[in-house]
Amino acid sequence: MTAPATRAIPAPGAPRPQKLPTVAERVLDNGLRVLAVRRPGVPLVELRLRIPFAGKGAAHTARGQLLGDTLLSGTDRRSAERLAADLQGLGGSLSASVDADRLSIGGSALSASLGGLLDLLAEVLTSAAYPKDEVAGERDRLVQELAIYRSQPGVIAREALLSRLYGDHPYGRELPTADDVAAVKAGQLRSLHGKRVAPAGSVLVLVGDLSPARALGLVEGAMAGWTAAGSAVLTPPVPAVVPGPAVLVDRPGAVQTSIRLAGPAPVRTHPDHAALTLANLVLGGYFSSRWVANIREDKGYTYSPHSGVEHPPGGSRLTLATDVATDVTAPALVETLYELGRIATLPVTQAELDQARRYATGTLALSTASQAGLASTLSALTAAGLGLDWLREHPRAMAGVTVDAALEAAATYLAPERLVTVLVGDAAVVADPVARVLPLERG
Amino acid sequence: MTRATLDNGLRVVVSEDRSSPVVAVAVYYDVGFRSEPEGRTGFAHLFEHLMFQGSANLGKTEHFTQVQGNGGTLNGSTHLDYTNYYELMPSGALELALFLEADRMRSVALTQENLDNQVAVVQNEIRVNVMNRPYGGFPWILLPPVLYATFTNSHNGYGDFVDLESATLQDAQGFFDRYYAPGNAVLSVVGDVDPEEVLRLAAQHFGDIPARDVPARGDFAEPPPAGEVRHVHHDPLAPAPAVAVAWRVPDPADLEAYLPYVVLAEVLTDGDASRLQDRMLMKDRTATSIGGYLGIMGDPLDARDPTPFLIEVHHPAEVSADVVLATVDEELARLAADGLDDAELARTVARMRARYLREVDPVLGRAQAMAVCEQQRGRAELVNEVPGLLDAVTREQVQAAAATLRGDRAVLELRPGGAA
Repeated sequence: MTAPATRAIPAPGAPRPQKLPTVAERVLDNGLRVLAVRRPGVPLVELRLRIPFAGKGAAHTARGQLLGDTLLSGTDRRSAERLAADLQGLGGSLSASVDADRLSIGGSALSASLGGLLDLLAEVLTSAAYPKDEVAGERDRLVQELAIYRSQPGVIAREALLSRLYGDHPYGRELPTADDVAAVKAGQLRSLHGKRVAPAGSVLVLVGDLSPARALGLVEGAMAGWTAAGSAVLTPPVPAVVPGPAVLVDRPGAVQTSIRLAGPAPVRTHPDHAALTLANLVLGGYFSSRWVANIREDKGYTYSPHSGVEHPPGGSRLTLATDVATDVTAPALVETLYELGRIATLPVTQAELDQARRYATGTLALSTASQAGLASTLSALTAAGLGLDWLREHPRAMAGVTVDAALEAAATYLAPERLVTVLVGDAAVVADPVARVLPLERG
Repeated sequence: MTRATLDNGLRVVVSEDRSSPVVAVAVYYDVGFRSEPEGRTGFAHLFEHLMFQGSANLGKTEHFTQVQGNGGTLNGSTHLDYTNYYELMPSGALELALFLEADRMRSVALTQENLDNQVAVVQNEIRVNVMNRPYGGFPWILLPPVLYATFTNSHNGYGDFVDLESATLQDAQGFFDRYYAPGNAVLSVVGDVDPEEVLRLAAQHFGDIPARDVPARGDFAEPPPAGEVRHVHHDPLAPAPAVAVAWRVPDPADLEAYLPYVVLAEVLTDGDASRLQDRMLMKDRTATSIGGYLGIMGDPLDARDPTPFLIEVHHPAEVSADVVLATVDEELARLAADGLDDAELARTVARMRARYLREVDPVLGRAQAMAVCEQQRGRAELVNEVPGLLDAVTREQVQAAAATLRGDRAVLELRPGGAA
């Protein structure tokens, strides 16, 4: 038998240019901004509504969380069960959640049922009842769920990291305490709803097998009665990040250490954004990155290292996250700091940069290649004050990024001395070795 | 839908969708946890990792750099009855994706260094997903040994650390030779492509992979539990208890007998208006969350017989598992005795249809559904027929299905804290 001949890897053809979908837009008299996009495919419609919902203090966090959990627990015309059954009958679903920035309502339905879905949504927005019984039930359930949630190492690490980054800013404590939740009364939710579930500043996105003109008309009809006078409350900007010793949260007996590093990042419209996008990819933003090659594919310390940039409205941030076997915690930190230091002080190669650029450009197009994906992307961009045009502008900006620009962005945002570090793991085992690598304080 | 079978036995199914300039390519091999030999638990999944470590013309990690460096995403996953590999790419990269899949189907490149490395990676995958978190492996790893008696059906598909460390290159080559034959695989392509062009390129890249014997599928059959088999698992990381209960259901190959159970799971647990959620979350407040589904991994249409109907309930510490089970039994008995009305069935099926459509709207979701339907049922076309088949399920069938879920079952209790 002869050795198999070497085969040439076929070069991909040029990407077919993607036509950006047309967005039909209307601002209703009540201030609600509505965007509708026709994307045929399956006979469904995707719905995304964002209502600004920032607020101060632990009580707001607890009330907001519970408001999200009970918004769909009935209206003045329908019990919780009736509402759920009627949504189901439309082939539809609605879900609501509240975070530090907004109340998000997402859903979908068979496209023939769009009118019905909008009517139910409007009914919820204008007359959610927050029945005492349902609120009490969901309140107890939330307390239980918070306990389960907070037993996850990923959540423990996230809470410690956000607290370290943001202190008393609302981002510093995303989740309410059990005590604060237990104190919430149904009347407080009705009052909060009245003040804050308002159309002004809110954005509704519809994507799917629909006629945009007809969809806008349906929304206009359904939402005419949503006249709550509240005004949008926006998230205040985050405070400056103050780097310092790493924080170690003890989790006795843990078989892995959750390692998190984070720092500020530029917003999407900042001149550094495109360069940081690419520098971050080369560092750890995708599988074909240095960090993954090092601590996973070479050393086997971990399963899924990842670094990424998020853009909450109060301030963008960059986060590195990995969970490593307990006995290699310090060595994994050494390699992580090495990769951060390397990219912040030495230029990436042109090949690394080009590969990251093709990945970022290609996957941006993939993110809008389904009804649900397009709806979520459009909703997020609109909330950030951008439009679908950004799907063209961002690749153009990335096309102009040079090796020098990537180094400058890395020096500004990826230098280890600018990041905060949080570890969650078995302190008895990892504290001493970690303290040999970087300054450490117990969390 | 267009299809072909190459001379070496590889089945190819293609569907054209021009709505976005993207293409999904998926290769499904007919081997999963259930084909692992004793002493090699976790091997099918470990081998999935090795398929990314290089092949005749691709170095370690080059599969990733080729896909990602051309604007695509990729992954693989291991299930009870299949292992899949897939790419989602700009449509201009169709031929590249086919080349990459063909190269590793032709000849995976195995080295001891890569094997050792991936054993360590998989062990960390198990730590992060099972050992270092509360409810790790509940119920998908913990329930099968209660429900099943045979090694085949009951063992942990993630694998025992000792078994993983015992794996050799010879094991890997043998596994590849036996199970990764072209005749044991389905290639599925969906997206912005010309189906005839896909068939031509598939023949060009996969056609010269030599045919190998296709292994006879193992016999996984075993009798259902006689009576209730019960086990208590102590989870030191969990703050609150949970319970899972599972019954065996008819062979999924017989869709007419099987689909009523799929609908029943939704009648019981989908949304606030479902029977168990309404009763336990809203009225009795005996649960904090409830799930009900078919298949150990929640995979109603991609697992073979034997497979269970499963309900899992997280409940407050003040509520005993027996109260939870008694409530489930009561609701099943009520359904079995009184049935459900047309409106309840209609709304349940309406949402199931919509959810299924939502799953197959993205080209990757459709390519995956087509591949598994072709592999397990010989009919990729089933993907288009599922909504109609759900519509055809009757009240009487759902009622009859509920009546079969009685005492022959497995119960797994998860209790917080260490063993007493």
